[in-house]
Amino acid sequence: MMTVEQELSNVPPQKLAVENVSKQFRTRHGVVQALQNVSLQVREGEFVCLVGPSGCGKSTLLAIIAGLETPTSGQVLADGKPVTGPGRDRMVMFQESALFPWLDVLGNLMFALQLKPNLNRKERREVAQFYLKLVGLERFAHANIHELSGGMKQRVALARALAPNPRVLLMDEPFAALDALTREQLYGDIQEIWQKRKKTIVFVTHNVREAVCLGDRVVLFLPSPGRVGEQFTIDLPRPRDINSVTLAEHTAEIMRALKRYLHGPMEERGR
Amino acid sequence: MKRWTRAVVFFAALAALWEVLVRTGWISDLLVPPPSRVALYLARALGDGTLLDASYITLRRLLLGYLVGLAAGLPLGLLNARFKFMEDTLGLLALGLQTLPSVCWVPLALLWFGQTENAMFFIVIMGSVWSVILATDAGVRHVSPIYIRAARTMGSRGLHTWLKVILPASLPFIVSGMKQGWAFAWRSLMAAEIYVTILTGFGLGHLLHYGREQHAMEQVVGIMLVIIFIGLLADKILFTPWERFLHRRWGTEKT
Repeated sequence: MMTVEQELSNVPPQKLAVENVSKQFRTRHGVVQALQNVSLQVREGEFVCLVGPSGCGKSTLLAIIAGLETPTSGQVLADGKPVTGPGRDRMVMFQESALFPWLDVLGNLMFALQLKPNLNRKERREVAQFYLKLVGLERFAHANIHELSGGMKQRVALARALAPNPRVLLMDEPFAALDALTREQLYGDIQEIWQKRKKTIVFVTHNVREAVCLGDRVVLFLPSPGRVGEQFTIDLPRPRDINSVTLAEHTAEIMRALKRYLHGPMEERGR
Repeated sequence: MKRWTRAVVFFAALAALWEVLVRTGWISDLLVPPPSRVALYLARALGDGTLLDASYITLRRLLLGYLVGLAAGLPLGLLNARFKFMEDTLGLLALGLQTLPSVCWVPLALLWFGQTENAMFFIVIMGSVWSVILATDAGVRHVSPIYIRAARTMGSRGLHTWLKVILPASLPFIVSGMKQGWAFAWRSLMAAEIYVTILTGFGLGHLLHYGREQHAMEQVVGIMLVIIFIGLLADKILFTPWERFLHRRWGTEKT
C-alpha cells in the first residue's frame, strides 16, 4: 500500500518522443493532411509550447500524444514505450474545462482518483484536498460546477488533471476562453505548480506571447500540411511576467518567423 | 407560504362559485353535481374503504407496470444509442409504437391475457417503455464527446464509462423521459380500467365507470378529483426531487 506522503512525493522521470508522426483525416471534401512527418523530443521536466495558427495540427498532435487519437503513421514514445491509448501518466486539460456537471468539485477530483489503484477512500479524499488547495480552491470542494467562474473551472480542471499524479501534463489551449486578468493569474500559478510538482508539460496555444511566457521551448507549427516550422529556446528567468519587455522581444522574433513562413512564398509569387 | 395561501384561496373560490351556480339553478345538478355532494360521496367512499382499495389496486398496477417499463426501457435505450443495428430496428419500432395511444393495445391484451392483472400490466408497460427508450437514446446521443475523452484520459473504459459518465451525463433527458413515460402509463391505465372490467380488482377507473352507469355524477367527479390528486402527488414525490437535484447541479434553474 502507498501512503499519502509517498503518493504525493512520487515524481518519476518521463520523456516524450514523437517520431515521424503523420495524421490524415477523411472529410467530405477529401483527405486532409493534419500532420506531416512531425518529430519532436520533450525532455523530462521540460515546459514545451506548441504554437501556430489554427489548423496547423497542434491540437491533433496533443491528442495523439494523449492516446486519444492514433497517428496514420509514425509513433509516440512515452518513457520509451509506444503510446497505444490514453493513460494516467499523460493527463489532458482541455479548452473547455470538461468538468462533469453531475458531480461537485470534489467529486470531479475523486472521479480521477477512483480509477487509480493502491489508495483507499480516505487517502483519495486527502489527495484530492491537497490538489484543491494547490490551485487555491479548497473552500469550494462542494460547490457545483456551474457556480464557478471560467477561471475557477480551469483551476478545478487543472487540479483534476494533476490528481492522478501524471508525469506529463498535456494542455490544449486551456486559457483561451478566459479574460486577460484571470489568464495572467493562471500564468503565474501554472509556472509555480510546474516547478513544485516537477511535471513535463506540453502546452498548445495560438497565442505566441503566452507560449513565450510559459515555455522553456516554443515549437512553431505551420499549417497545410501541419508540420514543425522552427523551434525557439526561451532562456528567461522564472517566474516570468507576460508584460515584460524581454518577453515581448522574443515574441516579436517568433511572430516575424511565423509571418515569413506564412506570407513569404505568397509575396514571392506575387512579385 | 404566500403561494400556498394563494392556491388555497383560488380553489376555495372556484368551489364556492361552482356550488352557487348549481344551487341557484344556473346549471342543472343533473349535469354537474355540486361540490358539496362530491365531498359527501368522497367522505362516504373513504369511510367504507372503497376509495382506498381502488386507489391501492390502481397504484399497484401503475407502479409495477411502470417499474418493468423502466427496467426494460433504460438498457434498451442504451443499446439503441450504442449499436447502429438496434437503432435501425428497435429504435424505429419504439418511435412508431410511442405514437400509438396504448389503450389501442386493450383488445389484444384481453385476448392474450384474459381479464386479468397481466392485461393491465401489459397496457401500462406498452404505455411507458417506448418513451423511456427514446429519451435514454436521445440523452446518450447528446452527451458531449469531451466528457468521454476526459474520462478516457483518467483511465475510464467500457462499462465504467457507460455507468459513470454516459448515464449520469444523460440524466436530464432520462428524467424527462421517465416523467413522460409515467404520464403515458397513467393515462393508458385509466383508459383500460374504464374500458374493461377486470375480475381481479376494482381500480379507480372502474369506480368512475360504475358512477357513469348509475348516473352518479358526484362519484364520477369525485373519482376524477382523486385521479388528479394522485397524479399531482406522484409528480411531487417521484420527480420533483430529481428535477430539483438536476437543476441545482446543472444550474439550469432560473434564479
